[in-house]
Amino acid sequence: MSFELIHPAAAVCLILLAALIAPLFGRASDRVSAGLMGGVMALVFTFLAVAGREVWSGKMWRGSLDWAPELGMRWDLWISPMGLLMALLVSGVGTLVAVYASAYLSGDPNRGRFFSTFFLFAAAMMGLAVTENLLVFFVFWELTSLASYLLIGYYHRKAESRKSALDALLVTGSGGVVLLAGILLLGEAGGSYRIGELIDHRDHILAHSLYPAILGCFLFGAVTKSAQVPFHFWLPGAMAAPAPVSAYLHSATMVKAGIFLLAIIHPVLGGTPAWHFSLLFLGVLTMTWGALVAVVQTDLKRLLAFSTVSALGTLVMLLGIENALAAKTVVVFLIVHALYKGALFMVAGVLEKTTGTRDVNQLRGLMRSMPALGIAAVLAAASMSGIPPFVGFIAKELLYELKLETPVVGWSLLICGVVANSATIVVAIQVGLAPFLGPSENAPALKKKPPPALWLGALVLALAGIVLGIFPGLMAPVVESAASQIKMEPVAVKLKLWHGFNLVLLLSALTVALGIAGFRFRNCWRRIGSWLGDSLGVRGQSVFRSGLQQFVTLAGFLTRCLQSGNLRQYFAVIIFTASLLLVAAFVRTAYSFESITQQPFRLDVFFVLALVALGVVGTIRNRRRMTVILFLGCGGFGIAGLFALYGAPDLAITQLLVETLTLVLFALAIYGLPRLEVVRSSAGDRFLPIALSVTMGIVFTLLTLKALDLNIHDPVSLEIAERSYPEAYGRNVVNVILVDFRALDTLGEVAVLVVAALGVAAMLPAPASGLVSRTLARQRSAVLLASARYTVPAMLVFSLYILLRGHNEPGGGFSGGLIASMALILSHLAQPDRSLMVARQRPYRLAAAGLLIAAISGLPGLLGEGSFLAAWWGAEAWLPAVGKIKLGTPLLFDIGVYLAVAGVVLLLYETMERWHASRCVSSTGSHLSPESLSSR
Amino acid sequence: MELLVGLLIGFLAGAGTYLILNRNLFRILIGLALLAQAANLLVFAAAGLGDGTTPILPEGSPEPPPTMPDPLAQALVLTAIVISFGVLAFCLTLLKRAHQRSRRSGVGSLAGIES
Repeated sequence: MSFELIHPAAAVCLILLAALIAPLFGRASDRVSAGLMGGVMALVFTFLAVAGREVWSGKMWRGSLDWAPELGMRWDLWISPMGLLMALLVSGVGTLVAVYASAYLSGDPNRGRFFSTFFLFAAAMMGLAVTENLLVFFVFWELTSLASYLLIGYYHRKAESRKSALDALLVTGSGGVVLLAGILLLGEAGGSYRIGELIDHRDHILAHSLYPAILGCFLFGAVTKSAQVPFHFWLPGAMAAPAPVSAYLHSATMVKAGIFLLAIIHPVLGGTPAWHFSLLFLGVLTMTWGALVAVVQTDLKRLLAFSTVSALGTLVMLLGIENALAAKTVVVFLIVHALYKGALFMVAGVLEKTTGTRDVNQLRGLMRSMPALGIAAVLAAASMSGIPPFVGFIAKELLYELKLETPVVGWSLLICGVVANSATIVVAIQVGLAPFLGPSENAPALKKKPPPALWLGALVLALAGIVLGIFPGLMAPVVESAASQIKMEPVAVKLKLWHGFNLVLLLSALTVALGIAGFRFRNCWRRIGSWLGDSLGVRGQSVFRSGLQQFVTLAGFLTRCLQSGNLRQYFAVIIFTASLLLVAAFVRTAYSFESITQQPFRLDVFFVLALVALGVVGTIRNRRRMTVILFLGCGGFGIAGLFALYGAPDLAITQLLVETLTLVLFALAIYGLPRLEVVRSSAGDRFLPIALSVTMGIVFTLLTLKALDLNIHDPVSLEIAERSYPEAYGRNVVNVILVDFRALDTLGEVAVLVVAALGVAAMLPAPASGLVSRTLARQRSAVLLASARYTVPAMLVFSLYILLRGHNEPGGGFSGGLIASMALILSHLAQPDRSLMVARQRPYRLAAAGLLIAAISGLPGLLGEGSFLAAWWGAEAWLPAVGKIKLGTPLLFDIGVYLAVAGVVLLLYETMERWHASRCVSSTGSHLSPESLSSR
Repeated sequence: MELLVGLLIGFLAGAGTYLILNRNLFRILIGLALLAQAANLLVFAAAGLGDGTTPILPEGSPEPPPTMPDPLAQALVLTAIVISFGVLAFCLTLLKRAHQRSRRSGVGSLAGIES
């Protein structure tokens, strides 16, 4: 079995698959669950252990999978010694914890959900371990934070659980965001996101001006994840999670992710004084602080949590020391800590489950009732205390040896180290020994005896500690290759238990003595601790939570400032910003007024312009709504005239039709619109609108004139015009653009229209139909009826003519559809009660059919050329009046536009009309005559 | 002539802005219509006014005449006209509903209205 045969990504995928199917086995028996869940992890562990053998001899495996090749994103994988160690911890401890959790959560209806999240976390951790590309690394990094959030909040009915979960998510999540910034900066500085390539550019990166920022971001990401002071408070809070989670995430794996990141990035960023001192400072501070706080705890899990904080501090400190011995010690301590801390957390979980308490003062004498668990606990505690022949002893010896060797800060380091290690022994005695020793008469009553699954995992981990202690050579290659990876140079490792009588051994003995003494006087420490805690009154968690509360308050204040609910203010801000940007753009560019008199003065154009200006003045000056609307129409017709005079017949037609329809809609809707009462406003209140509108007017004028002056590129339209006839068989270039060259845009625009019309229909509720038709029936006009009989069919035919000729002459689907809808509106006005086309459902169907036809016309192109809406031409046909037209999908598309536009207009009209009619009925009970309309 | 058209566009935009900043909802609606017209004309005029030639190729010769105006700008404006009609209808309805709910015409009074 090798990685060539089975890709490491398969391990990640297998665990993800397990996450998917885990909910199915939530209610399975404990045995099945343990076998299945543990089996998956054990399979992965075996695979990695067997396939990764070559890695220990220094041969890394590398591979790559496409992720988003268009963006140049690849999932670069590597199996490095550190990564493999991490992956083995994740899968190995994971196997034991999965078995443990099956029994621990026995009978819990949410066990399936638990395992789903558990495996999601395991997959993320596994991904983290095998990913070389830092961007993908970040994805897995965040996934572990997310899974941790869900797992801490597993008992989601408890408020404290939810709060702690949120604390953890916010702290680790913000670290993740900063880490992403660091990764991006590093990519910028080093030109790659692969660690292997970044190592090659190490000198360049270290000299880069971004280096301090990169280092800061990476450190922030690592210290938040690995719970360094002052971000450590989330870890004790995370003890709200079930014990399996504490054992797995918050001791053995996730909190080590920060350490892992520092270890694998050390060859790129490490070795500088900045790295050295910041890590040393943070590490020593966390190590000492965590140890001191741990001693005064009485809660089993909090004791362990703070000692984990201390251990993580030790690891960070070790990474800050630049010598081979430190690298070696990091790896050994990482393994040792995972073994004993995982075991002790599992023990703590069982103690809580069987006795119902986590208070160390109440737990004693349990060895007789739970012998297997007791043995596991004692062994793990012995390893934690660094007693020979346990593996913890080797780690402690290495630590002391290192501290004695490190110059300059050596003595202070040594003192902190002795304090931290003594405190660790106090914790070990309280968690691992005290609950089991003593006479069994005083022991708390057990709810039930723990099944083997609950002590098996702890026992295996504890036994591993003793085996590795006696045969340290077993882990020598692992330590050697991983340390070499951190140091970037071969590190020779010889591990042995017995170093002879020397200063280091003396220190070890002193530590044990201090630890035992500390345990004897534990109540004294606790009193001092609680007195200190009360007098200082400062706790990381409460500071963080009140800070969070302040932040939320600030956000609320800012939101209320920005979203005042005042529409005028929004408009003013938007318009002000827009004009400011435009003015700035004008100021920055040179400008000549050469092009503004290209075209000679034309009297006809002048009249049209005057018409528009008149309309605008009318809309501003008038107080009667109907008059305002008529003036608006007047301006609109003027604009249509302008289009006609300057060679845009299509625009002129469309504008004319739209203006007419706008008039109709406004006339129907005016009844429900506010009156234009006179509002007296102060000069100050009027100043801002006037200033803004004058600015906006000037900016628009300048923009127009400037656009004429600029010619950055040759217009693409020249090419379009040249290709119009040969390729699209159309002489009306505007129509060719709409239905062929840029048909997808048109399809989107028609869809927007349909959506707008649907919005209108949804906003105005339909009144009872019987009432309406009776009211409408009274509005019948004989003259209109007589004329409509002839004009409506004629208009419909004309609209078809406009539609069909549109490809070669002015016209097309838009104007044809508008004409058709007008014809139907006319017929409805003439016969309100009998109009068939304006039945309730028709406009919807018409609009939908139009959109559908337009979309379908794109399919032949998609199937034939692989490009949606690519034109597909057929035979040429001859039609009366229209002449020769080429049949093809663009024609079909135009027919779709025609139907959709007609449907949209009819839908708008019908909705407004129905609403209007219902208003007439409900408010006056009489019909609305033209006179009454104009008086409103 | 370009200067006059440019001034008219500025006038339309200024008037539209002025109306949009009004308290009265109906005036805001009219302002929106005027702004839409100003924007349409801006795109149209920015592509060059031309001398009245249409962007329609003469029958028989598929070569575009040299003085032909920009057809792309016209295509853009054509859809913009229809879309601004749809948007105007939508805003009109929104306004009606808002007015129906609040029974008031001022903008400041809309803050508390729901659905």
